Amino acid sequence: MSLPSISRFLPSVCGLLFSLITAPALAGGEVNLYSARKEDLIKPLLDDFSKQTGIAVNLVTGKEEALLQRLQSEGANTPADLLLTSDAGRLAAAQQAGVLQAVKSDALTARVPARYRDPEGYWYGLSVRARPILYARDRVQSAELSTYENLADPRWKGKICMRSSDSVYNQSLVAGMIAHHGEAKTEAWAKGLVANFARPPKGGDRDQIKAVAAGECDVTLANTYYLGGMVNSSDDAEKQAAAKVAVFWPDAQTTGVHVNVSGAGVTAHARHRDHAVKLLDFLTSDAAQRWYAETNNEYPVNPAIPPSATLKAWGEFKADTLNVAKLGELNPAAVRLMDRAGWK
Amino acid sequence: MTPHPDPLPHRESEPLNGMRGVWARTDRWSLLVVGVALLLALPVLTVFVTALQPAGAVWRHLADTVLTDYVGNSVLLMLGVGAGALLIGVPAAWLTSLHEFPGRRWLEWALLLPMAIPAYIIAYTYTGLLDFAGPVQTLLRAGFHWTRQDYGFPEIRSLPGAVVMLALVLYPYVYLLARAAFLDQSVAVLEVSRTLGAGPWRRFYAVSLPMARPALIAGVSLVQMEALADYGTVQYFGVGTFTTGIFRVWYGMNDSTAAAQLAALLLLFVFALLVFERWSRRRARFHHAGNRQYRPARLSFAGRWGWLATVACLVPLLFGFLIPAGQLTVWAWRTAPHVVDGRFLALLANSLLLALGAALLILLLALLLGYGQRLRPRPLVRWAVRSAGLGYAAPGTVVAIGVMLPFAALDRSVDAWARQWFGVSTGLLLSGTLAALLFAYCARFLPVALHSVEAGLSRIRPSMDDAARALGSTPRGVLWRVHVPMLRGSLLTAVLLVFVDVLKELPATLILRPFNFNTLAVRAYELASDERLADSAPFALAIVLAGIGPVILLSRAIGRARPGYDAVP
Repeated sequence: MSLPSISRFLPSVCGLLFSLITAPALAGGEVNLYSARKEDLIKPLLDDFSKQTGIAVNLVTGKEEALLQRLQSEGANTPADLLLTSDAGRLAAAQQAGVLQAVKSDALTARVPARYRDPEGYWYGLSVRARPILYARDRVQSAELSTYENLADPRWKGKICMRSSDSVYNQSLVAGMIAHHGEAKTEAWAKGLVANFARPPKGGDRDQIKAVAAGECDVTLANTYYLGGMVNSSDDAEKQAAAKVAVFWPDAQTTGVHVNVSGAGVTAHARHRDHAVKLLDFLTSDAAQRWYAETNNEYPVNPAIPPSATLKAWGEFKADTLNVAKLGELNPAAVRLMDRAGWK
Repeated sequence: MTPHPDPLPHRESEPLNGMRGVWARTDRWSLLVVGVALLLALPVLTVFVTALQPAGAVWRHLADTVLTDYVGNSVLLMLGVGAGALLIGVPAAWLTSLHEFPGRRWLEWALLLPMAIPAYIIAYTYTGLLDFAGPVQTLLRAGFHWTRQDYGFPEIRSLPGAVVMLALVLYPYVYLLARAAFLDQSVAVLEVSRTLGAGPWRRFYAVSLPMARPALIAGVSLVQMEALADYGTVQYFGVGTFTTGIFRVWYGMNDSTAAAQLAALLLLFVFALLVFERWSRRRARFHHAGNRQYRPARLSFAGRWGWLATVACLVPLLFGFLIPAGQLTVWAWRTAPHVVDGRFLALLANSLLLALGAALLILLLALLLGYGQRLRPRPLVRWAVRSAGLGYAAPGTVVAIGVMLPFAALDRSVDAWARQWFGVSTGLLLSGTLAALLFAYCARFLPVALHSVEAGLSRIRPSMDDAARALGSTPRGVLWRVHVPMLRGSLLTAVLLVFVDVLKELPATLILRPFNFNTLAVRAYELASDERLADSAPFALAIVLAGIGPVILLSRAIGRARPGYDAVP
């Protein structure tokens, strides 16, 4: 490859590249979405929305902090109309950063329970995830389990597998504990929990479930949709592992199971504000809520829509009633606390 | 190849008047090179500027709890991966470039294949195979009726595990540069050492290795920078390093200033390493002194020794490529029908075009900076070029934010200016476009191309430049008519290395890409981070396959290189 030949086709390469970025435009206008939900977990819904309304949806996915940073640095010129995250804390942070605006619609108020949305309408929850205790069916009796706090009891020494404290799910859980029990008590609990770890924290939620199934440990914490994904997996090994693990809903008598939401808010400088609200309405509609439940085993945020068959099989539970915005507020404190407790 | 005095001392035609300082002696070449270098250093400078703001109480907390872990793990990771890459890369290069043994011809290029596998992907595949719930340990337990307490098995998700994973995919940098250096060595020197009675081992340790030192150092420093920048592997393995710390402080504690300060600390550390590297070879020059070299005859290993050499080269290939790629293939076979759809071709086209465009752009920049540095070997020029290369050691996300902030600021001021004077809004001109993304690639991957170009240039004798200039050529003419033809191999290496790197690149692509624009790496990552490893396999495999073509091309280019002329790094 000599240089003259390179310089010959460089212009055509650039031309092709730029032709790729022109977005398709539908007759009904467009709406631009920054989404921390992965493409697979949102695109089918967006396609349905476009079909129904004729409004094209342009999508960028990414990590929430990066998207928030992008939104902030673009300022008033941002093309984004809607910010979608998979964690309520990040929405609260976006609101504080001043990049969201309050919107109201009757549909949203009716469908989204108060604890899963901002009181003024800066953001709305779209789906709920729960983080219960999972245990090995053959080695643990459900009667031995009671609360998250109980996992710090020395009787579980060497029996708990846990994901790293880098995981926002664990950070959010500890933030919830701080909200309910205060920092000192939570720190003592975290230290006890760390002392019970079967091995240093590593891997994702599914890895914890597999470790329980394989007998590396007896108990772990994981989001329900990961277990749901394994139950319905195309991989037989994953299916078999999931079958060896059962769900226990902790804190039934006290504060309830830790939950968090994925949600979205309209940006402060949205050019297509009305379309963005329409999209929010659509994402809380019955069809969309059912899709969350059936496709990804999340709990619908709208209480009128039943969860998937997989989720139903695990029974009803009492969810923590704390407003999920509180979790974001306490997240930094939770991370520092886990650092102090030696939770890697 | 002998120590040579400073290459171009008499090229300084301007008066060396100490009183007038650095700026009085600037000229167009220096200005151009320093300007371009500083532009490319913009993301790194942004990090430092952000880091200058006062941070909250986070540092006190970090120092009390996790900072020693971050520093210790980062240093061990860097040293371990560097040593591992040397241990695999150098013997493999020595064997394939100077010896003949069964399978040598295809091992030569096959040894480069691990380069095409993204580090986090190899980490995922080995975890799937080797962790407690994986097939290997399960078979062991079933076969021997063991339980968890009965046996010890090395834990893959640990610091040593991360070292092995990264060394397995990064050693090709060392292999590539070492091999080119060995092929390039004057056979005369080797023969002299032979007539002086040095055996093969002694020739390796006392002659070949020291002569290849610049190439080895260049290779190891690339490997170490890449190891320091790694996020995916260490995060998955639960090893706390500077990189994971940066994101923990930023995401978890909502403190972007402290995160920038951690990043700045990491960059300062890398800068110190680079300074040390320069200092350690401050006087040595590695040009070819003689004007005639022919390719050294390969030593034939006979019988058992030959097969031993084959096995030695097969081991890194097996663990760095065949096993992970095999696992990916098994997964992809099962999942491809569900996850591969009509968008696949668009993903492939996006990835290939982006990688090709970036590779060519970066090549031109590396050529400009490398040659400018040769033409004007002044401290100011050298330091500017060094700082342009720092981005390689920073996590991709940090570089991307470093691009995003100044570009957005520029867009805002242009917009404000246009509103004020013409009453129109220009909106976002650069932010959220492929131009911003390409710039981020340049800032991040320049060193890969620059190392290659510099290594090639360093082996062209300065007397070549002198002769061309004496015959009336301009400096630019020397570059295009003398150096570029002689550097063909180096340039091809640079293009292909960057191509493969951009193909695998994830964090900057993720943050900076425009609407509705995805690549193979983004798709593979989204599925993998959702813990759907098997579903991500078809896309990971597509990255690997797209990278294999260039890797084979690269190897053939090196094979054809003639010492002293087609100087390949």
